[in-house]
Amino acid sequence: MSAFAALLRRDLAQLFGGAGRGATLLPVLFFIAVAMLFPFAVGPEPELLARTGGGVIWVAALLASILPLDRLLARDVERGFFDQLYLRGIAEELVVAVRLLAHWLSFGPPLMLAAIPAAALLGLDGATLRTVELGLLAGTPGLAAIGLIIAALTVGMRSGAALSGLLLIPLAVPLLVFGAGALATGGDAGLALTAAISLLLVAITPFAGGAAIRAARES
Amino acid sequence: MGHALTHAAMEPARLLATDLACRRGERLLFRGVSFALEPGEALQVTGPNGAGKSSLLRILAGLLRPWAGTVERVGEVALLDERLALDGHLPLGRAFDFWSRIDGGGEPGKLRIGGLDRLADVPVRFLSTGQRKRAAIMVSNGHGAGIWLLDEPLNGLDTDAAADFQTQLRGWLRLGGIAVIASHQPFELVEPRRLAIESYAP
Repeated sequence: MSAFAALLRRDLAQLFGGAGRGATLLPVLFFIAVAMLFPFAVGPEPELLARTGGGVIWVAALLASILPLDRLLARDVERGFFDQLYLRGIAEELVVAVRLLAHWLSFGPPLMLAAIPAAALLGLDGATLRTVELGLLAGTPGLAAIGLIIAALTVGMRSGAALSGLLLIPLAVPLLVFGAGALATGGDAGLALTAAISLLLVAITPFAGGAAIRAARES
Repeated sequence: MGHALTHAAMEPARLLATDLACRRGERLLFRGVSFALEPGEALQVTGPNGAGKSSLLRILAGLLRPWAGTVERVGEVALLDERLALDGHLPLGRAFDFWSRIDGGGEPGKLRIGGLDRLADVPVRFLSTGQRKRAAIMVSNGHGAGIWLLDEPLNGLDTDAAADFQTQLRGWLRLGGIAVIASHQPFELVEPRRLAIESYAP
């Protein structure tokens, strides 16, 4: 079996079950909880909810993407997985690229599914839900990529988990601006820009992540 | 301790270190370390804690950049250190399957480790220190490298397991392997060369 398949198989098993049993579900539950709490906080006026609900879903998705960060890379570096893979001629870039794919699969599509009940809780209409779903499809790969870069950069740090949450928020602002902005303008330009940012982030993640993990060896 | 130690056809390996120096933080640990190892040769690195034995092995593996000097490697490298690259929550057998797939070592689901195969259903996190060490030895050279860097390989092993490992390592060296061993314990090898790292301190 190729290294790619072996890595992907282990990553998916890790993220969907095993060590963090139920941990994949946690961002999704968190996401729905935010959508559920919001009407309690601002009041149940349908107009207000319909106008702000899409943005709330975006903020909830962004915050939910912080939750899995601490278990993305740090444990594998501590246990020497990356060193053993390097000695077998498997580049950090490949490992990070596979991890990115697995990470996105474990939180992008589940979040898009959870957006349906969340939209119902917020009383969003079909057209808005469509824009939200397309936006999440375009934006979640970017969120996953930022998360992975940050996880790689904070790999050797003791309080990496808390720090990574703080680091992700400002970096995710462009995705939020264009992704949630598409809701207000109703146009596809915002979605296209979101997808463009995501593509760029996804493209640089393996290299940035690989370099960060190699740099952590020297410290 | 089966398969990693019995690769019949080994690529001719060579390990050449020239004038190596290592600095960690502000401290120069050693300088001027040079040696050449040919197939079948073993080098035992001794020295007090913190003298740079582990750093030397990581430099030889290519995981750490030397502060000065060069390392020339012919053949693949394996490194055993204090870490065990297996998923703690998985049974040992299934945790091993990952490395079998990576190393292309035949069918998964089959453990070929003497003494460890009866632990196949035990989650890795419940293994004892010695069992972990034996598992780590197996993981470290699952890819059949000709150069094996061993950082305290006998730590945690009981007398029988330690003797067994040394016997198997001798056999592996006869097949043309190269070993660099950092160990406090006396290591029974046929003609180990010795390198006292503290004498290279600046």
